[in-house]
Amino acid sequence: MKALDDHTAAPIAAEALPAEPGKGRRMVLNMGPQHPSTHGVLRIVIELDGETIVKARPDIGYLHTGIEKEFEVKTWHQGVTLTDRVDYLANLSNNLCYALAVEKLMQLEIPARAQWMRVMLVELQRIESHLVWLGTHALDIGAMSVFFYCFREREDILRIKEFFSGQRMMTSYIRPGGLALEPPRGWEKMVGKFIDTFPSRVDQYEDLLEKSPIWLSRTKKVGYISLDDMLDLGVTGPMIRGAGMALDVRKNTPYSSYEKFDFRVCTHTDNDVYARYRVRLEEFRESAKIVRQALDGMPEGEWQANAPKMVLPDREKMKTQMEALIYHFKIVTEGYRVPAGEVYQCIESPRGEIGYYAVSNGTSRPYRLHMRTPSFANLQALTPMVEGCLIADTIAGLGSMDFVLGDTDR
Amino acid sequence: MLSEQVLTHAVAGEVNGRFPEAILEANDHLGELTLYIDPAQIVAVCAFLKHEGKFIRLSGITATDWHPADPRFEIIYHLHSFDRNLRVRLKCRVPESSASIDSVTGVWRGADWYEREVFDMFGVTFRNHPDMTRILMPEDWDGHPLRKDYPIHGHKYSYQSEKS
Repeated sequence: MKALDDHTAAPIAAEALPAEPGKGRRMVLNMGPQHPSTHGVLRIVIELDGETIVKARPDIGYLHTGIEKEFEVKTWHQGVTLTDRVDYLANLSNNLCYALAVEKLMQLEIPARAQWMRVMLVELQRIESHLVWLGTHALDIGAMSVFFYCFREREDILRIKEFFSGQRMMTSYIRPGGLALEPPRGWEKMVGKFIDTFPSRVDQYEDLLEKSPIWLSRTKKVGYISLDDMLDLGVTGPMIRGAGMALDVRKNTPYSSYEKFDFRVCTHTDNDVYARYRVRLEEFRESAKIVRQALDGMPEGEWQANAPKMVLPDREKMKTQMEALIYHFKIVTEGYRVPAGEVYQCIESPRGEIGYYAVSNGTSRPYRLHMRTPSFANLQALTPMVEGCLIADTIAGLGSMDFVLGDTDR
Repeated sequence: MLSEQVLTHAVAGEVNGRFPEAILEANDHLGELTLYIDPAQIVAVCAFLKHEGKFIRLSGITATDWHPADPRFEIIYHLHSFDRNLRVRLKCRVPESSASIDSVTGVWRGADWYEREVFDMFGVTFRNHPDMTRILMPEDWDGHPLRKDYPIHGHKYSYQSEKS
């Protein structure tokens, strides 16, 4: 075995050596579009000097499905199903943003019960999205068991979503005018059971990761990007909160009665992969707090706005009342008209600021709907984050950004 | 002419005070301030709002196609100030005959991808942009999908082999 150990045995070819010291030969590596750590179809063209990244250029668009174009031929009512499919880990958040934009254009008041229900569901969605993030991110950097724990709880949330809407992912449950269906009997028990146990589960994840030297060495002081760069690039969400900035739409400009809930904007100052992990872990606890408050203080009343011209009528009423049948026919065939105008509505999704810019020309179809998606903006920070880092740290850095390619490409 | 009521809005007043000719039109429909800016001054106004108006964040850039109206395109900038907790919308009208406008990448680096997206989807080019290429569609794509005269389907097949 001596020959194998003896590295001096084979002479190194002259062209493999750098022409002058410090100037190595560079290799271009094509990471993706099918790479397990990109969690979707993202291609990154990386220029390497040894193991160090000199240049990184993300190439997106592989998942572009023309959703914004599609909106222009759908009625406002049909559009909500498209919002589910933008960010497939934050369906309810996108539903909510769209619903709020349309309601703002129509200047429609939503009953308190529907608003609180929306907050509760969106926070469950945040927990679900962060669970998928934590599981897959830990898997990427080598901690396998966390994945199974996270997906155990995610399954509970998917069951809650299914219980409410009949769908595990593409819920379309939050609609302009309120909710799609009446909250099913027994939902309090189901959500209560989940939220009773969830905080102790977060402690489990923390125990699994926080004491692992591998986890700490792979996340601390990795994936640094300065706060100024982030602001310049328009980064939002847990990434910018991990840099110490309390940027959170829920607190800055509360929507859907968030001002009535007591919660903290979680920040961390280290600005590395570990800081982003800490922020999301704290957000698990804060979201659980919000869900608990919503559960305890859920107001009584209607779960839909009193707007028969835009909210689908009850099936029972359709069988007995002529007006209900007419409204149903009108909404389904022609759709409701939205007054001409434009609105930019933003909410805090699990990944950052979602902003829907909706333009109406007074007809029953959106004239233009632009989605400002957090993944698109956050992904721009990839280049400054990974340049100068080791290639193994790219995986950790990418994971800490928590982008969804469906959200990026739309 | 700008209405007195809009000028009472702090941001409109600041911009109007510094660039008296820049605001062509303004409204605050649904409580959202929109300023129509002269396209020739958009970079100067953005730089002023960023450095002196504390609008350090650019939320996004997008466009609307008002085909067949002239000027055809509206380029829309959403600005956000964290310190003042304010949002403002800037708009520039761009005609189809010279569909280009100055890039604001010098003010916010984050404008890069948004401007590429607008170019990709609407065919409006941005002068002084570091890399004015398509971002979402394939590089050799024909046409700009979000233009109103671009069909929703049946435009062309993307694979050569499927052409008969």
